[in-house]
Amino acid sequence: MSGPRSARAGWRVRLATGFVFLFLYFPLLIIVLYAFTTQSAAFTFPPPGFTTRWFTVAFQDEDMWEALRLSLSVAALATGASIVLGGLLAGAVYRARFLGKNVVAFIVVLPIALPGIVTGIALRSTLSLADIGFGFWTIVIGHVTFCIVIVYNNVVARLRRMSPNIVEASADLGASGLQTFRYVVFPNLVTAILAGGILAFALSFDEIIVTTFTAGQQQTLPIYIFSILFRPRAKPVTNVVAMLAIAITFVPILIAQILARDPTAGPMRAGGE
Amino acid sequence: MSVIAPAVEGSPARRVGAFFYRHPAVRLSLFLLPGLLWLGALYIGSLGSLVVYSLWSLEEFTGLVVREFTTSTYRELLEPANYEIVLRTAGMAAAVTVACAILAFPFATYMARYASPRVKTFLYLAVIMPLWSSYLVRALAWRSILAGEGFLMWALERVGLDGVVRTLLGVPIVGGPSLVQSKISLFIVYVYLWLPFMILPVQAALERVPVSFLEASNDLGARPGTTFRRIVLPLAKPGLVAGSIFTFSLTLGDFILPQIFGTSEFFLGQMVYVQQGVAGNLPLAAAFTFVAMAVMMLYLGAAKRAGAFEAL
Repeated sequence: MSGPRSARAGWRVRLATGFVFLFLYFPLLIIVLYAFTTQSAAFTFPPPGFTTRWFTVAFQDEDMWEALRLSLSVAALATGASIVLGGLLAGAVYRARFLGKNVVAFIVVLPIALPGIVTGIALRSTLSLADIGFGFWTIVIGHVTFCIVIVYNNVVARLRRMSPNIVEASADLGASGLQTFRYVVFPNLVTAILAGGILAFALSFDEIIVTTFTAGQQQTLPIYIFSILFRPRAKPVTNVVAMLAIAITFVPILIAQILARDPTAGPMRAGGE
Repeated sequence: MSVIAPAVEGSPARRVGAFFYRHPAVRLSLFLLPGLLWLGALYIGSLGSLVVYSLWSLEEFTGLVVREFTTSTYRELLEPANYEIVLRTAGMAAAVTVACAILAFPFATYMARYASPRVKTFLYLAVIMPLWSSYLVRALAWRSILAGEGFLMWALERVGLDGVVRTLLGVPIVGGPSLVQSKISLFIVYVYLWLPFMILPVQAALERVPVSFLEASNDLGARPGTTFRRIVLPLAKPGLVAGSIFTFSLTLGDFILPQIFGTSEFFLGQMVYVQQGVAGNLPLAAAFTFVAMAVMMLYLGAAKRAGAFEAL
């Protein structure tokens, strides 16, 4: 970055920007390309021929549908729970002054700031100490733990941007606390809650590290993808399922970005400007 | 149009509201309790039980965990094979973080300073979409790009550079038996996966650098390089630190990629995975995890002081 703002960036900045953009998106094209290759055990470039038969193979795999169903129901439950827990925490931390407020803010961030393996092993030790069998509910417990922060971050960011005067005005005009929440606070928050919820859903849907430690014999979609990765034959099936996984999260994430429209967003929040 | 019914004096809703208004501590506790029970009791409690496990040991003959306090598991970490794993992983995490920062900076600069609002929105979405899509799925793409007969070797052969790659693979620390199975590819894939986590906070930080600062620096005779070092970089620091939390932590705790792209040399996450799974040695797995946790906790403490948490 050199001196005053110029209309055009220097060639080096433009070249680097173009390179990074290609670097981010070229691999996604490659996934699509090899979902159609005729080779079953190699990734020769350019592919020798194209076929759609891997789609048939993937869609006839009952394990794939089972994994997809499990991932969707885990994500739905984890999202619901994190909206309640994360939303309440955001409401508590915002504006209120209390001893340990910083500690709360720190604890909320920990599950995503610490390596996933820490969360995974920690929960696994506790669950085995408590003699709780690993299964559907333990997967949900793990997911809620790292999804809370997503909702929390989105709601706190919105609360910070909301004028505190409107709450006072509502009270001055005679609204009860519930009415103020129902007619003033909630309409201001609803898109942030939705955006946070969608991102939490996407995070849960794609998570594999913590899930590996909290799942029993069940396979979520990422665990299923990982398990078929090392099959010597029908390699393009992984690409087909990968495309499906991307497609399921792509549109909702886009919607979350549009809902949030926060120009100051960091990686763990939705933005859109 | 919504009409707010005036609450009758003394209606139940009003009395509840008034009660909470007069007792903010009660309201606060109600808001905090569910979340704190979950994160405070369950999660922090779990981190505690991880520490407890790391202070137990495995009885080698029976394969059972001996629930007695001992430091023997931590002493095992000091064996060369084990601490090399820690160093190797930390080195990879540091290298990935630096590479992400170098790639992110010009891109974030372009977004913050030169892009028109429409292009900026487009680039923003272009960064955020991969960040939220499955990392396993995106890693898969590289398996085919880096394959021996795949795109990268094909492209390099066109320009006659394939020999360079073969030479690099022979270099002890970075190389490996094949391009897919080498530390070079592991490094490339990590950089690819975590790059969006670095771009976003750096861009947000650069966004807040006033153009007048840059103009003033220029007017006072500073060269572009000096302005970058003394104005831009210090102001971008919270963003860089926030991004590095992710790039470092995500590399430190991953055990999936080394299984796809790695060599026979283990990484920390992989070791934890194998120890708790196949080997059934939860104490050793916990001790390794504790190292990762301690490193990140120290880093997070420093990051919080640098004001990086606002940028998450």
